[in-house]
Amino acid sequence: MMAVIRLDNVSKSYGETVVLENVSLTIEDNEFLAVVGPSGAGKTTLLRMLLSQEAPSSGRILIDDAPIAAEPMPDRGVVFQRYSVLPHRTVIRNVMTGPEWLAAPFTGRVMGRARAALKSRARNMLDRVGLGDHATLYPAQLSGGQQQRLAIAQALMMNPKVLLLDEPFGALDPATRRAMHRLVLGLWAEHKMTVVMITHDLSEAFHLGTRVVAVEKRRHDPHAPHRYGSVITTDFDAKPRLARQIARAPA
Amino acid sequence: MRRLINRHPSRRMKILLGALPFILAVAIYAIAADARGADGPDKLMPGLNAITSAMSRLMFDIDRATGARLFWADTWASLARLGVGLGISAVIGLGLGVPVGFIPCLRALFEPFFAALSLIPPLAVLPILFILFGLGELSKTVLIVFGIAPFILRDVMLRVAEIPREQIVKAQTLGASSWQMILGLVLPQVFARLISSVRLSLGAAWLFVIAAEAITAEAGLGYRIFLVRRYLAMDVILPYVLWITLLAFAMDYALRQAHDAIPWTRFKEGG
Ligand SMILES: Nc1ncnc2c1ncn2[C@@H]1O[C@H](COP(=O)(O)OP(=O)(O)O)[C@@H](O)[C@H]1O
Ligand SMILES: [Mg+2]
Repeated sequence: MMAVIRLDNVSKSYGETVVLENVSLTIEDNEFLAVVGPSGAGKTTLLRMLLSQEAPSSGRILIDDAPIAAEPMPDRGVVFQRYSVLPHRTVIRNVMTGPEWLAAPFTGRVMGRARAALKSRARNMLDRVGLGDHATLYPAQLSGGQQQRLAIAQALMMNPKVLLLDEPFGALDPATRRAMHRLVLGLWAEHKMTVVMITHDLSEAFHLGTRVVAVEKRRHDPHAPHRYGSVITTDFDAKPRLARQIARAPA
Repeated sequence: MRRLINRHPSRRMKILLGALPFILAVAIYAIAADARGADGPDKLMPGLNAITSAMSRLMFDIDRATGARLFWADTWASLARLGVGLGISAVIGLGLGVPVGFIPCLRALFEPFFAALSLIPPLAVLPILFILFGLGELSKTVLIVFGIAPFILRDVMLRVAEIPREQIVKAQTLGASSWQMILGLVLPQVFARLISSVRLSLGAAWLFVIAAEAITAEAGLGYRIFLVRRYLAMDVILPYVLWITLLAFAMDYALRQAHDAIPWTRFKEGG
């Protein structure tokens, strides 16, 4: 499964306000792209367009040379900073949700042997993210870090080509963050997906990313601050491409 | 000396303090009624004895005209009206509020209409209901529904709008169709709020039941109160008012318990 994402002259404005200007970017297969930039630069806007939650004002976004669907789809998983899980379902049912929707269009609930199989898959996933002992709790009973691990597990059950993360660890304490970094790097290698992560933490960006891009305004008109949007100002290969290729190599 | 706001009563003290105003009210009434009744029985402030005997007649003696024990027949008639009215309102609120609140095209179509509908004073259309549906149960039920359903509907739609965008986007990345999101995401989350909004509309529901019964009925708590008003029968009106209050309190309590029985609503977000 390949996933090369190409942004082709993508701009976004809300009315008069230009948020992003002519962003062109090719994200290689199995890249771990970290996006940094000051608050309000348009990082979330960029991620929303990758999700198809927003449409670009101009330009195109392609995955493997095909335009992305016009609405959010299971090929692109997502974890937000908050509210990424279903509060009314237990931990294990949250993880089962995606496959259940896929298998049961009308009731949204699989039964019998299929349910048992899905449950054991969900258990394995929970064990992998360290939530094995919390299967029957509700999300609100989990800590912030546990909730984010649940959100990641829930997304990974769909085997997305691309995983989009919007400041997923922004609200966590440093020790929890480090544990999350190890987990995410491990999952990234196992699932062979392309990851786009937004963060405002430079060290996190360079620790995790194989590539780091900075999004910010290059021009500024003090009399009309909304006139110019952000562009990609810096683009680093944070790690030798070898890192990706090793991760990608068949085990 | 600790500040007043930092001094908390003990559990037993709390119960005692809570009961005190009730006991005082009854005592003051009894004393006042006794004083007034010194020169013969008083219609406006009947003593506790007069109230007890009037009520035992209504509760235990079979009424010759209707063949029923009036108090229980009245209670049942009013509760049935209230229950049917609230039930239909809840079904309408959920059945319309969820799709209209969740699907943008339906929202654009119906939201202004619903907003206008909820501003019509229900009692002002009561004559229309009587003309259209006659003087029987139907017009009473329609009055309650007309008075309650718009409120519940709006509350449900507000709750649908409050569901974080992130959750809805996440559900779509998990492959959910619109129907699956309604069934698996919106309905369960809105249901908890539905119970609360039914609870909040109890007072209004009683108002409409009593108003409808005051105008026309064969039985009902409101009907009885307005019937005996002609004879200044405070010995019936006062206990009926207390009984209605008690029923309202019990329903409020039951709905609160039902709400708290939904497991996930007990845990607060975050933590
Ligand atoms: N729906 C919207 N309507 C109008 N302006 C918006 C909207 N969403 C975002 N913006 C504006 O776009 C800019 C970038 O926002 P955002 O992408 O959230 O920044 P970041 O995530 O980098 O902090 C902000 O100035 C914000 O006010
Ligand atoms: Mg942001």
